[in-house]
Amino acid sequence: MNSIRALIVDDSSVMRKIVERSLRQAGVEISAVLEAGNGAEALAVLAENKVDLILCDINMPVMDGLELVKQLAAVENAKGVPVVMITTEGSESHVVQALSAGARGYIRKPFTAEQVKEHVLPLLGVNA
Amino acid sequence: MKTTTELLAGSTHATENWNHVLEVAAREVFELMLGCKLTVPGTPPQDLREITAMVGLAGLLCGVLSIRCSLKSATIMASKMLGVTPEQVGKEMYDAFGEICNMVAGNFKNKIARLGNGCMLSVPTVITGEDYDLYPLADSEALELRLLFENMPLTISLQIHS
Repeated sequence: MNSIRALIVDDSSVMRKIVERSLRQAGVEISAVLEAGNGAEALAVLAENKVDLILCDINMPVMDGLELVKQLAAVENAKGVPVVMITTEGSESHVVQALSAGARGYIRKPFTAEQVKEHVLPLLGVNA
Repeated sequence: MKTTTELLAGSTHATENWNHVLEVAAREVFELMLGCKLTVPGTPPQDLREITAMVGLAGLLCGVLSIRCSLKSATIMASKMLGVTPEQVGKEMYDAFGEICNMVAGNFKNKIARLGNGCMLSVPTVITGEDYDLYPLADSEALELRLLFENMPLTISLQIHS
């Protein structure tokens, strides 16, 4: 697996660090981590940067994760980029909404690095 | 759509059941995200509240979930979450403590199947200092857990508004 550029979107800086650490523990080689505190910031990051993977919370101020996923369809730098939701929202409705909007994976908090491995590696073309 | 009262009344010994669900939800967060186990003391420990994190619940279940403990406990929690020493934890302690409360609230509501998609969480709020009184518009008996984190008191409370 080539090293990847990941965009981590969460309004908690602590959670962004934990997600990054979990990615590394899952065996993902990372060349760069870009961060955003909400959906609007993520769109601004993607306007100027290409990434290989987006990990995204749902409950965030300004623009939530579901709205971000919907808007990613129109973002050139996000075309074909897998999006995985990592969120406390665990209802079936949220899962369906996220996957319908274009997310490729859904991880409920609290989570383990093993779950990140299972959900993310296949999206990067690696068997978990 | 059922109200909180109907949800509570819908199961036998609802308060005891929800207490158990709340404890399981908290244990999972601490074990998965902090790598440590919460323990249940023989006698309820002191209710320390040097720092309090709160998350509001709205919709089918209305109320406030709060977690309170000493600043030392919250610092150690943050250090375990971040994988650094307690001395290296700065202002991220507040963010980490709020996220713990957020995950306990989310994990709790996800375990109450009847809530489905009908319960939303607020962003967490963290306050420090012991000299405060909280007046949530709760009118049901509060669920309260007195646990030990690394042998230090930790109180988790869910105050419900019907």
